Amino acid sequence: MANDFGILSYGAYLPRRRLQRKSIAAANSWFAPGLRGLAKGERAMANWDEDAVTMAVEAARDCVSGMPPAGLEQLILASTTHPFDDRQNAAIVANALHLGSALRVLDVTGSQRAGTSALISALAGGGKSLVAAAEHRLAKAASPQEMHYGDGAAALLVGSGKPIARLIGSHSETVDFVHQFRSSERAHDYAWEERWIRDEGYLKIVPAALAALFKATGIAPAKVTHFCLPCTLPRVVPGVAKRAGIAEVAVRDNLAAVCGDTGAAHALVMLAHALAQAKPGDLIAVAAFGQGCDALLFEVTDAVATLPPRVGVDGALARRKEETNYLRFLAFNDHIALERGMRAEADKGTPLTTLYRNRDMVTGLVGGRCRNCGTLQFPRGRYCVNPECNALDSQDDQPFSEASAKVMSYTADALTYSADPPAYYGMVEFDAGGRMMADFTDVDEGKVEVGMPMRMMFRIKEHDTARGFVRYFWKAAPSV
Amino acid sequence: MATGIRDKVAILGMGCSKFGERWDRNAEDLMVEAFEECMQDAGIERKQIEAAWFGTAIEEQHVGKSGVPLAMTLRLPYIPVTRVENYCATGTEAFRGAVYAVASGAVDIALALGVEKLKDTGYGGLPQRGRGGLNNMYWANISAPGSFAQLAAAYRAKHRVDPKDLKRAMAHISVKSHDNGSLNPKAHLRNKITEDDVMNAPMIADPLGLYDCCGVSDGSACAIVTTPDIARGLGKKELVSVKAVQLAVSNGQEVQFGEWDGSYFATTRVAAGRAYKEAGIADPRKRISMFDVHDCFSVTELVTMEDLGISQEGKAIGDVLDGFYDASGKIPCQIDGGLKCFGHPIGASGLRMIYEMYLQLTGRAGERQRPDPVLGMTHNLGGFPSQNVSAITIVGRHGA
Repeated sequence: MANDFGILSYGAYLPRRRLQRKSIAAANSWFAPGLRGLAKGERAMANWDEDAVTMAVEAARDCVSGMPPAGLEQLILASTTHPFDDRQNAAIVANALHLGSALRVLDVTGSQRAGTSALISALAGGGKSLVAAAEHRLAKAASPQEMHYGDGAAALLVGSGKPIARLIGSHSETVDFVHQFRSSERAHDYAWEERWIRDEGYLKIVPAALAALFKATGIAPAKVTHFCLPCTLPRVVPGVAKRAGIAEVAVRDNLAAVCGDTGAAHALVMLAHALAQAKPGDLIAVAAFGQGCDALLFEVTDAVATLPPRVGVDGALARRKEETNYLRFLAFNDHIALERGMRAEADKGTPLTTLYRNRDMVTGLVGGRCRNCGTLQFPRGRYCVNPECNALDSQDDQPFSEASAKVMSYTADALTYSADPPAYYGMVEFDAGGRMMADFTDVDEGKVEVGMPMRMMFRIKEHDTARGFVRYFWKAAPSV
Repeated sequence: MATGIRDKVAILGMGCSKFGERWDRNAEDLMVEAFEECMQDAGIERKQIEAAWFGTAIEEQHVGKSGVPLAMTLRLPYIPVTRVENYCATGTEAFRGAVYAVASGAVDIALALGVEKLKDTGYGGLPQRGRGGLNNMYWANISAPGSFAQLAAAYRAKHRVDPKDLKRAMAHISVKSHDNGSLNPKAHLRNKITEDDVMNAPMIADPLGLYDCCGVSDGSACAIVTTPDIARGLGKKELVSVKAVQLAVSNGQEVQFGEWDGSYFATTRVAAGRAYKEAGIADPRKRISMFDVHDCFSVTELVTMEDLGISQEGKAIGDVLDGFYDASGKIPCQIDGGLKCFGHPIGASGLRMIYEMYLQLTGRAGERQRPDPVLGMTHNLGGFPSQNVSAITIVGRHGA
């Protein structure tokens, strides 16, 4: 690979709510007393309006902020919880990010290695790629998975330019070692005994992959300064490091205490975290386990010091709201038969023709800017909204998704159906011009005020439960 | 050059059903109830009605679409019937059609009837409605109270009002309407309440509590209009004529553009200005005897009194708390209880407002009767503060 090829940027996103594990244990330990031993720390919990697609969009926005991905050739979205089995999930992300139609997209799935496999593929391809990995993980109530899992996403921009990290080499081992599985007809994972997973799985398969990696690259494992291996089993990662010859101090925090394991996204979440903290010259080894192992070795370059700050994992962790209501978690994940009321019955349909014609507006939050008078407007009409202008077909595309805004009016509505009442919404005015009545998300009760700064976020507007469709749109969220 | 409709059309008769939770009645029964009263008042036969306008907003809910339900229910003799719908301003829209038909000379006698059967949803508040395929994809998840509640947030910010002062004025508005509604045998809600009741009620959409919201009711109202000459020929002596009917409809400026700050109704200001001009009224605070405005929510009434030019901008709280709009005040507002207590069957509401003005002007308002009213003004609003239909009617003594 050329010297100017590698990871150009990184981004991360974690949902704001952090479910307290002691709340999970308090609700479930009557049934599963063993959970008490896991009742420490917190896990990232997707809001009701978040899924792998929306979280991938946020991580990707963070990744490309300040560096529009001109010349992007492909977008890969890795997840085992893609909202659609047949509809290219990556295409939704691409539309939300205004990546244009001249683009190769790929949904990668089927393994906890999906994120690293997508990254290896992008790095091997040579072109400019955006790799996003996201997971909205479901687990049965009172299961250990419910404790260990977390929701989140990471994104990496790969291509030529000023890489912050160059790939030295990668190695993949494929072994049909089934430590857990989820068939296509099931909502939840089924896992085997942890001791077997540790002894026969992680401690044998991962060191073998790392050994092959170090052998192929000629790098001494002791030189690795950051070792990223997602695993929530106790004592496994230091054990792997020891067997692989990696120094114990290089083992990175797997974020179990503050985020949980974000599945197929987690290796990239940990890599994004490492990149945010790495110094030029650092060596980052990343491994991901699941029916074998992917192992990648990166060298951090001088450019890491000049990359404009990202929100990254630390920023996402700081944007935190403690959640102690376990029932809300169950309800958000549709794990209890909540009486949602008659207002939830309204069927708004899913007219795919309408969505297609207006996909840039709805998925991309693209409005118009009048060439005649400069007025910004959302949505764009055939005639300019400025009464002094009213010019016909005078508007160029104007994306509002990155535009900062302020609250102009708002309410907290307890009447309208919301999965998380009261529904906050109001008029937001974009600082550069234009305004819209928008749903709010991630707001704190009683903390909304006129004039409050907001940013737009790509979210689930509604679930079409009659047809199993997910309707996405943009919402306003507090910008800090 | 258009001259407007001042004094060109007279009200020959009006009728209004009892509003409320009419569990034992279909929409058709309510239509008949209003129509029977109206026909008796008008003193004509069915065959003399030459055209009809039928207002119903959420027709999927009850009678169905088109003019057919009206013609079928009232057995109208193969006359033109037009169904109209313009959000909650539907009732006034039906009235406007009938008035314009007479004013144009196309017909001598026309009927306007509005009806809504809201209490067949199984829940409180207005029914959930679709908003159109594309609108459903991007409109915020707004309810009626949620959209109007935002007036309060914007009004507070603009005029630097203490939220408690605004809430207290809103409470006074609701208490006043309950007082008025208690005297109205056709009103949905006839109980009296206190300001503390309003202040302490469960929150619906911040800062609107339960008692800041109007009744959701079943009901029907109707009017028969004709020319002043024909009305006199039919034996009417004290004529009530139409002074103005004006409508202003949002075009996107509020929600997409411009200086609108969310604290008032841009449409109402335009429609009111046009209505005063059409009616030849220069100083409405001196000339209008009474108002029935679209008090779907207490805060709507408060800002509307500024939009109509009666209270100065930012000063409505003072007028409200001073009792200016109370039944005993200088210009009573919602003397029949308003939407708040008479109720709000959407298609009927605009006509119900005119009905109260008509009763007052003809001295038939019973316990609510005001001494010597000359001009009555109604304001019937549909939609949301950011995009709406504002409909204004002024009726009064003929020639006044």
